[in-house]
Amino acid sequence: MPGITFEGRTYPREQSESVLDALLRNGVQAPHSCKAGSCGSCLMRAEQGVVPARAQAGLKDSWRSQGYFLACVCHPDGDLAISKVGSDAELGATLADLRLIGAGVMRVRLHCDAALSFRPGQYVTLVREGGLARSYSIASLPEESAIELHVRRVEGGQMSTWLHETASVGDRVSVIGPSGECFYVPGKEDQPLLLVGTGTGLAPLYGILRDALRHGHRGPIHLFHGALHRGGLYLTEELRRIADRYSHVEYTPAVLNGTAEDDLAVGAIDDVVLRRFPKLAGWRGYVCGDPALVKLLRKKLFLSGMGSREIYADAFVPAAQTS
Amino acid sequence: MEPTSSQSLYEQLGGEPAVDAAVDVFYRKVLSDDRVSRFFDDVDMDRQIAKQKSFLTMVFGGPVAYTGKDMRAGHAHLVERGLDDSHVDAVIELLGQSLREVGAPEHLIAKVAGIAESARADVLNR
Repeated sequence: MPGITFEGRTYPREQSESVLDALLRNGVQAPHSCKAGSCGSCLMRAEQGVVPARAQAGLKDSWRSQGYFLACVCHPDGDLAISKVGSDAELGATLADLRLIGAGVMRVRLHCDAALSFRPGQYVTLVREGGLARSYSIASLPEESAIELHVRRVEGGQMSTWLHETASVGDRVSVIGPSGECFYVPGKEDQPLLLVGTGTGLAPLYGILRDALRHGHRGPIHLFHGALHRGGLYLTEELRRIADRYSHVEYTPAVLNGTAEDDLAVGAIDDVVLRRFPKLAGWRGYVCGDPALVKLLRKKLFLSGMGSREIYADAFVPAAQTS
Repeated sequence: MEPTSSQSLYEQLGGEPAVDAAVDVFYRKVLSDDRVSRFFDDVDMDRQIAKQKSFLTMVFGGPVAYTGKDMRAGHAHLVERGLDDSHVDAVIELLGQSLREVGAPEHLIAKVAGIAESARADVLNR
């Protein structure tokens, strides 16, 4: 009888049972609803073993590549070791570099005590001594020696104020993760990619852009970075250098307030993007930054023809203010 | 292979791949339609898409077993916000347009509309 290993215990599974049914029969409280591979409530992650294609049908590519599957329609041939979505260990790390790279944007580089397996564009939760925790997207590539985060200074924000004012190189922190499904997935090298973000929403996009290039992506890649004013843009020189070097990469900085210049688009970022690309059928999109803007852009990209499964979004939700 | 009458409606329509092909077309239509868009404009688009996929699977005669009670509970908050017959009519109309767009034959579209119609009383909590 094949077994399912979950949270340190192995449960027997009848040949006719789905993974979900076997867990439920064995008294495991696993979330579920439709039991037909439709609603997504029973999403789990395979650590070991082979997940049949049926159990991943309809999932985004980035979920599949991480082993996510729907337990209610999963009938594996052999044993399977599985985990809940989002259960990660904490890893010690040292602040390796702190540098202001734009107005109110600190580039934080970390050296982790052990290798952290991640995809650029995913996020980690940074934990300071005392337990204060905030999540930041990863802008670096796995082969780079440090994990790079972009931390915007938030008025009254405890972690960002600490990183901007008090923290110094050598300070100890820890990271939990990575999490998130907003990253490049190899396999469709000719697909046009649209990367849109505001503020430090650039961090994951910068990681995703370089990851796509590293994987030899051949289709056009268009990066739009929006800010209120010119001063809110950052990494502009670096991004121009990348666009100069790769003919299929285009970089468009955009500001909400300002006058149109050769090197700058003016207007709301969603308008700037859709003026340039009104039809997006066949494209893949990555949208990161302010939650209201992410919501708006997702909808607009979808209505412009981008497939719902081709839209990857990461909304930066600010932490609740605590006194 | 020609569909035969021994196949279920769900099989005749093409099963899950057909649902996947129709769900974006359908959701784009309801989101763009001023009559009903406000009932579908969720913060979480993935969750909305999953709901529409469940809905299409159900009206395709597929393997989703929602009870009348589920349908009532799932739509009660929308009824409170004014969901009525005119909105159900609009959704069934957009459903038909979507299926036509992905190439479903008329006699099957009529069956799908019939299943959607049969959920009307539960959806409207009558």
